[in-house]
Amino acid sequence: MAAAGAGQQWVLVEMVQAFYEAPAYHLILEGILILWIIRLLFSKTYKLQERSDLTLKEKEELIEEWQPEPLVPPVPKDHPALNYNIVSGPPTHIITVNGKECINFASFNFLGLLDNEKVKSAAQASLKKYGVGTCGPRGFYGTFDVHLELEERLAKFMRTEEAIIYSYGFATIASAIPAYSKRGDIVFVDEAACFAIQKGLQASRSNIKLFKHNDMADLERLLKEQETEDQKNPRKARVTRRFMVVEGLYMNTGDICPLPELIKLKYKYKVRIFLEESLSFGVLGEHGRGITEHFGINIDDIDLISANMENSLASIGGFCCGRSFIIDHQRLSGQGYCFSASLPPLLAAAAIEALNIMEDNPDIFQTLRAKCERIHKALQGISGLKVVGESFSPALHLQLEESSGSRENDVKLLKRVVDYCMNSGIALTQARYLEKEEKCLPPPSIRVVITVEQTEQELDKAASLLKEAAQSVLN
Amino acid sequence: GVEDRFSILYFQKNGISNGTLYKKTFIEHFEQAPMYVAVLTFLGFGVGTVFGYLRDFMRAWGLEKRNVATEREQQKDFVPLYQDFENFYTRNLYMRIRDNWNRPICSVPGPQFDLMERVTDDYNWTFRFTGRTIKNVINMGSYNYLGFAETDVNALKTVTIELQKYGTGICSTRQEMGTLDKHIELEKLVANFLGVEDAMVFGMGFATNSMNIPALVGKGCLILSDELNHTSLVLGARLSGATIRIFKHNNMQSLEKLLRDAIIYGQPRSRRAWRKIIILVEGIYSMEGSIVRLPEIVSLKKKYKAYLYLDEAHSIGAVGATGRGVVEYFGMSPDDVDVLMGTFTKSFGAAGGYIAGRKDLVDFLRTHSHSAVYATSMCPPVAEQIIRAMKCLMGLDGTTQGLQRVRQLGKNTRYFRRRLHEMGFIIYGNDDSPVVPLLLYMPGKIGAFARRMLEKNIGVVVVGFPATPITESRARFCVSAAHTREMLNTVLNALDELGDFLQLKYSRYSKSSHPELYEETRLELED
Repeated sequence: MAAAGAGQQWVLVEMVQAFYEAPAYHLILEGILILWIIRLLFSKTYKLQERSDLTLKEKEELIEEWQPEPLVPPVPKDHPALNYNIVSGPPTHIITVNGKECINFASFNFLGLLDNEKVKSAAQASLKKYGVGTCGPRGFYGTFDVHLELEERLAKFMRTEEAIIYSYGFATIASAIPAYSKRGDIVFVDEAACFAIQKGLQASRSNIKLFKHNDMADLERLLKEQETEDQKNPRKARVTRRFMVVEGLYMNTGDICPLPELIKLKYKYKVRIFLEESLSFGVLGEHGRGITEHFGINIDDIDLISANMENSLASIGGFCCGRSFIIDHQRLSGQGYCFSASLPPLLAAAAIEALNIMEDNPDIFQTLRAKCERIHKALQGISGLKVVGESFSPALHLQLEESSGSRENDVKLLKRVVDYCMNSGIALTQARYLEKEEKCLPPPSIRVVITVEQTEQELDKAASLLKEAAQSVLN
Repeated sequence: GVEDRFSILYFQKNGISNGTLYKKTFIEHFEQAPMYVAVLTFLGFGVGTVFGYLRDFMRAWGLEKRNVATEREQQKDFVPLYQDFENFYTRNLYMRIRDNWNRPICSVPGPQFDLMERVTDDYNWTFRFTGRTIKNVINMGSYNYLGFAETDVNALKTVTIELQKYGTGICSTRQEMGTLDKHIELEKLVANFLGVEDAMVFGMGFATNSMNIPALVGKGCLILSDELNHTSLVLGARLSGATIRIFKHNNMQSLEKLLRDAIIYGQPRSRRAWRKIIILVEGIYSMEGSIVRLPEIVSLKKKYKAYLYLDEAHSIGAVGATGRGVVEYFGMSPDDVDVLMGTFTKSFGAAGGYIAGRKDLVDFLRTHSHSAVYATSMCPPVAEQIIRAMKCLMGLDGTTQGLQRVRQLGKNTRYFRRRLHEMGFIIYGNDDSPVVPLLLYMPGKIGAFARRMLEKNIGVVVVGFPATPITESRARFCVSAAHTREMLNTVLNALDELGDFLQLKYSRYSKSSHPELYEETRLELED
């Protein structure tokens, strides 16, 4: 202890001695450095971003000078979407468009349930009991017994554990995808996916990998690339979820996805499948259960099936079905489910009745498919127009065989074809897209929709009229 | 003089206001609870969390039955779909009081409704219905402000006719074959009602925001959004790709600072000027019950050349002398707001949303809105319900019923709020807003409050984390024009009893029933 004390004292004496013996310039330098450190410690912090040289007057001038763009750019008066078709009365089989009566080849009323009397009376009964709106989201007294019944019936019909209903078709898949796939996850999606899927993917902020439409080789290439990435960073790979989003029957191209190959890829590369069945629900399959029934695949192999009830069921809204493990999660994290008012009960009752009709008459699906085949064949060989879509798809596209070079001109040409048909009593429409927003913009086309109510004469009339129109307009 | 003194805001949670812009008194309350309440709240959550870990541990080691659904056997080697910690709150805290949400009803959601009785045998993991209905429960939860959720045959006469004529579906989008004459009629009526040039209607209120904001703004634009904006506004803002900056709730100083900084310094890093600046606010905020400070925002927007998007989901029909929303409430002109948006779900008892404003705005939306191109249009019976409700409100059906409803709602709102203040509860929000949040704070009281109110035959809505800040769980009442004075008194008496039992009367300012006496002593201005 004493030695340490002596040692300390010795060091102190040495320091003082060194101080006296140091050369003058050394001391002066040290003194200047110490003063500089003190100055730096007490001066204001130097912010790089702030333009500290702007006076209040200059700021006011900047505020005065700034001119924003107008809120909306002007829209030309002859924009095709401004002069839309106005339908008077219900959009049923015989439709009154712009004052003229036509046969409806434009509304997705595949099973003709839009003006079915049983559906309407079920809706009327519900209206008498519940009124119109539900006045609340599902969590806050917006859950009605009809909603629970519809969910049960849909789950039973599709032979899954559970189903969940949304009040708007677009919001269904756009809310379902971001509920599972978050930032950092990977989603492989077909190029021809519809806009609702694109918005769902955008909201999820995940990594999107597009593969060419229905090209399994391209998808496998992307999956293999991802596999090599995973081997480089296995810890990250263990928490990155992977999903595949495909449609049963593509709205933009009218063909189906090769589901058996996708299932093989699913198990090989451990990717979950989300299937969007808006067009194939109530159309494909022996009983209308969609593409899984069409291919004979076990429904549990698909992680999530999402469909909207606005096509075959002729109601409003959408649903997702699958195992409870997956569907139950959306009840707390599906934004369109939790933060939006629930489906009006009269629409839910109409959907239940439509489902009853589908279950009681399973032969309408075969009838619909026969009509699709018929018109698909009849539309072949029209000069100037080619048919895009499967032979059993009830929503076809007619595209120009040779584009004129500019999209605007193509649209104008097709409009003339459509007008010709409308004047002669067949209501058609062009497929509409938001040109600047779509990831892969499909070429302009005429949408032809086949419903079970159209008779064979009407189908033949439509086909011959389209031939005539193409002849007169395109040649 | 005396008028000016009363037009100053009390309880300055939201910054100092410019009192001279307001034509009438603007009174909002956001009282802070005593400190011990916050401490006990955190303690409550802490206890819940500790027990949560304990139960998770027991479940992992097989000491307790696992009730939650699991992954398929064949997919066990896939990357797990959910992280365990993400669902911790759901599994251990939410699950305990889950029976207070998603309560199914089996009647019209009017001032009274019938609930389906459901019981749980395994502590809320599964429910089963006993088959009995609890009849005539007073409804303090549904958004039925003007009482248009009704089943009166005369009232629904036109809706029945239209349903028979049109059916329930449309099966097409607005731009293809989905524009019916009913939509044109409805849009003209909405434009007339609001006093603007044109309007467009959409099938879903949530989707109106999330599909139209991206059409109006894009990259290079700036969105200034209120702290407490609804999820649909936040989603629309995110999908648009514009830069989003958040200002404190209803705080005009915060908004002005953001506006000045945006114009002076431009876009981050590149310093280019912003293409346009848009301010997103709501008319009435549904969790706070506060009303937007519209006069100040409009004067700011005019000064800095920004655009204003006003979401009137809860305020259309509910405030204003004739039910025309916050614009009328503040005595302003609808031309001051660039984009007027609202929903039909709350005051009109239907479904859907609208955007109204100048003709060039609506024409642009008709051509560029995502909803017009890709989503189904509104169904005709629902459109007819809105038409008949709006006609009733405007007096076009030949009666004064609409005006009576609006007045009744105002009376009910003021009465309900005044009585709750007198009893000593902490209530948030503006005195004129029919949304009344009553603060519960502690997590244990959330479940107790809702369950005991149901035993007294009153249905209430309780909200906790994550919809509200963690320390501010609340019960939210929605006053309706269809509530009679007796119903409100029943509810108030039950609240009085329950407030004493659960110790909910946190307010330090227990009011007497002579308001003019206490208002004079409360001119506290703080910055």
